[in-house]
Amino acid sequence: MIEANSGRSVRRSSRPLAVVLLLAAGSLLQGCALSDAPVLFPKGPIALAERDLLFTAFAIMMIVAIPAIVLTLFFAWRYRKRKNGAVYMPDWDGSWIVEAVVWLVPGAIVVVLGTLVWTRTHEFDPYKPLVSDKPAFRVQAVALDWKWLFVYPELGIASVNELAFPADRPLSIEITSDTVMNSLMIPALGGQIYAMAGMRSELNLLADGPGVFTGRNTMYSGGGFSDQHFKAHALNESDFTAWKEKVAASPGVLDAKTYLELHKKSVANPVSYYSSTEAKLFEIILRKYAPIMGPYESEAAELICRGAA
Amino acid sequence: MMLGRLTVDALPFYSWVAMGGAGVTIGGGVAVFLLVTYLRAWKVLWTDWLTSVDHKKIGIMYVVLSLVMLVRGFVDALMMRAQQAFALNNDGYLPPEHFEQIFSSHGTIMIFFVAMPFLTGLINIVVPQQIGARDVAFPFLNSVSLWLTAAGAGLVLVSLVVGKFSQAGWTGYPPYSGIEYSPGVGVDYWLWALIVSGVGSTLSGINFIVTIFKNRCPGMNFMRMPLFTWTALCASILIAFAFPGLTVVAAQLTLDRTLGFHFFTNGDGGNMMMFANLLWIWGHPEVYILILPAFGIFSEVVATFSRKRLFGYTSLVYATACIALLSFTVWLHHFFTMGSSSNVNAVFGIATMIIAVPTGVKIFDWLFTLYRGRIEFHPAMVFTIGFMVTFVIGGVTGVLLALPPADYLMHNSTFLVAHFHNMLIPGALFGYFAGMNYWFPKAFGFKLDVKWGIRSFWFWFIGFYLAFMPLYVLGFLGMSRRMEHYADPTWQPYLIVAGLGALCVLCGIACIAVQLYVSAKKWGSARDITGDPWNGRTLEWATSSPPAPYNFAVLPVVDDIDAFHDMKIRGTAYQVPDRYEDIVMPKSTGLGPILGGLAFVLGFAMVWYIWWLAALCLVLVLVCIGIRAFDDDSDYILPAAEVERMEKARLEQITPADLHDMRDFLPVGPASGEILPGRA
Repeated sequence: MIEANSGRSVRRSSRPLAVVLLLAAGSLLQGCALSDAPVLFPKGPIALAERDLLFTAFAIMMIVAIPAIVLTLFFAWRYRKRKNGAVYMPDWDGSWIVEAVVWLVPGAIVVVLGTLVWTRTHEFDPYKPLVSDKPAFRVQAVALDWKWLFVYPELGIASVNELAFPADRPLSIEITSDTVMNSLMIPALGGQIYAMAGMRSELNLLADGPGVFTGRNTMYSGGGFSDQHFKAHALNESDFTAWKEKVAASPGVLDAKTYLELHKKSVANPVSYYSSTEAKLFEIILRKYAPIMGPYESEAAELICRGAA
Repeated sequence: MMLGRLTVDALPFYSWVAMGGAGVTIGGGVAVFLLVTYLRAWKVLWTDWLTSVDHKKIGIMYVVLSLVMLVRGFVDALMMRAQQAFALNNDGYLPPEHFEQIFSSHGTIMIFFVAMPFLTGLINIVVPQQIGARDVAFPFLNSVSLWLTAAGAGLVLVSLVVGKFSQAGWTGYPPYSGIEYSPGVGVDYWLWALIVSGVGSTLSGINFIVTIFKNRCPGMNFMRMPLFTWTALCASILIAFAFPGLTVVAAQLTLDRTLGFHFFTNGDGGNMMMFANLLWIWGHPEVYILILPAFGIFSEVVATFSRKRLFGYTSLVYATACIALLSFTVWLHHFFTMGSSSNVNAVFGIATMIIAVPTGVKIFDWLFTLYRGRIEFHPAMVFTIGFMVTFVIGGVTGVLLALPPADYLMHNSTFLVAHFHNMLIPGALFGYFAGMNYWFPKAFGFKLDVKWGIRSFWFWFIGFYLAFMPLYVLGFLGMSRRMEHYADPTWQPYLIVAGLGALCVLCGIACIAVQLYVSAKKWGSARDITGDPWNGRTLEWATSSPPAPYNFAVLPVVDDIDAFHDMKIRGTAYQVPDRYEDIVMPKSTGLGPILGGLAFVLGFAMVWYIWWLAALCLVLVLVCIGIRAFDDDSDYILPAAEVERMEKARLEQITPADLHDMRDFLPVGPASGEILPGRA
């Protein structure tokens, strides 16, 4: 009784729902341009390699996943209860051949994937400096509530919520936080790394060429989190020189007092530039949370470390 | 001063959303109160249910708690989906403060107060019967566990009315969850809900380890235990070893917040990385605590409704044990992006992938149970097939996330959100729903409506795909989790589809409610007289439905993995024993609910810094424990004559026409005369 009922209702109710599913899939396809997806169509070799690893692993796993899904549906249909049904073997409960296959094939796949994990994890260690004929461009990023401060130690300038770097040089970012845990990511260029107070993490990225990419904090950090994104500009030589000059000509100076102002919570902070910064600002921010107490190397250091802590 | 930091400002009159939440919570409470009063059921409720130490009733109460909290947790989900569907370049209808509380409570509720009580409830109802036991090892402790869990759930619910809930996400990472960045009571509600219910879960885990080790009936050695019992055992071991980790880390954060300690603060030598490690040392085994019992349910259901012996029993047992063991070796994959060295990340990545092997084996063993079966599409079976198809996708995306370089790209994105929902909705919730459809007649004595069960499946199944496949894509589009609004117009179509998926799931939940209502209304015609409505294979189907308080008048003797199937084939089921004996039963006691109530008030007092009340509760808890310890009269004897009367009444009802025709299990080959493998 029950069996017959349930069998029928499966088929009856699936038809209109299948139509809904198709319609939804259709609207998905037409409405959305995946070509903009930064992870699928990256703009730098690191992100590209990470994406390729994703695709390779996905393809390898299909060896197991497709048979599992197809066989489930096929067996469920083939061996459904009906009159004069298919072969029925109620006591068949084991087979060494099947067991060997289902343990060994996924096992072999994991050996392959495990090798990939080992080699690729070492190869794409985000801390590893990138090999290039040009030296890496160093930037120091500080996570604040709810904005990103970028300090350019080579240039003595700083910017908030905008990152610019020469497109033909690897980008080497040192990261810390002067607030809660954050995570810095520019999806088109590569993966992310956490920003934690009192600790320094690193991210090495490279862009294929000039372009503008979105970067953001991916780690929920409070009320202004949704707006904590910025544009990363990979610029060619002349554009970068122009950008440097623009920042150098700006009136803002990031001394200790200005930093304390900047440290206050703000949502969707506008892009701002600083033509000079306090010396060793990044190191002072790192030191702020270190268990060691004074003496401080400078008045500015004391102000930053004690002012807001 | 008497009320600590509790003032009238804690009442939700500061916004419409808060008032709405409080209104619904209070309204729900008042409705239940009025209903029970109208039915004049307070006395029955107290003596027969709340104070009961019967594992079956405790199990039912766990599941009721879970279903109530499922509705609450799902409303959160619906509100988040609605917010994100609209919040392109605008603030939507939820201010960040509310959105953050909602995603924090959604995760907390779904893990701690839906999944945990659901699986604990099913284990409670079924495991003692599956192993041929009369009760769990520690019936009173079982009641305490239930009420501690309920107290934790109560703390989350009351945060809607008095004060606010945490805004730090269900994982509550410091320093954000520290007192400096989250000064309100929200995180404290979260912490005390976790601590109180966590103690309950730990006790429950210990209880079932002992029950399964010590209370098995004659003949049931380890390799004859039903798969659900095996998974319950492994999950209980995981609970007993993992939950103390959570309790400790929650206590540390509480010390940070309440007494100014510095375990996880930014400065003064605190280290937030320790929190992440400790949390996930609990958190990853927790995933398997939720999923393993569901795997057990699928194993039972797939064999029963394929009308076959389970394929690869031994393999499934070893796979379960492997998963349980390995689950303690992978926690770091939750934070590959914290900056560990390549060696560390690679080792944990590989360990994570290794878990995929036993998990894959399980899928294939179920698949070959279907092979050459005679499959009936009962709702439990349909949920199982839906799980098998969908879970594979979640497994694939899980292995992708286990590749550290790929995880750097996908971490903290909606891809991650889609992945773990892809594990927990089919992997845990579908299993619990299958279990509910499967064991409902055992618990209540009548069957659930099939039609509405199938409908609920299709809504859940399609709703799941609609809600979470777009989130995978959004991960590729660079969308982070937990965003209250966004500025990228390409995200919106996907979020709208995900919102429709949530609506579809809403219909699925409504179908379950209708299923329960329709089934209860016509229960007389769907009664389960034999105690074995599905021609089941394991021992729980040997008892009556609902079972007598003692489950088995005479302890069964087991000769096979499929013990009851074997008895029916050999014709030894439904036998009248030579004689009945007196049975010692535990007495009901009000101490369980009283301890739960005290734990609730204790947590509430700690949240609001009402120190005198917390101290008082603590003293009263000790007094209760003392009273129980000195109570030498906690059992009563059910005389043999009474047992005989109950058993006779049951057996007399069963007519031969009610029994299943075991000739259905004769093999049918492709050509007549062929000798088939097996023991037929």
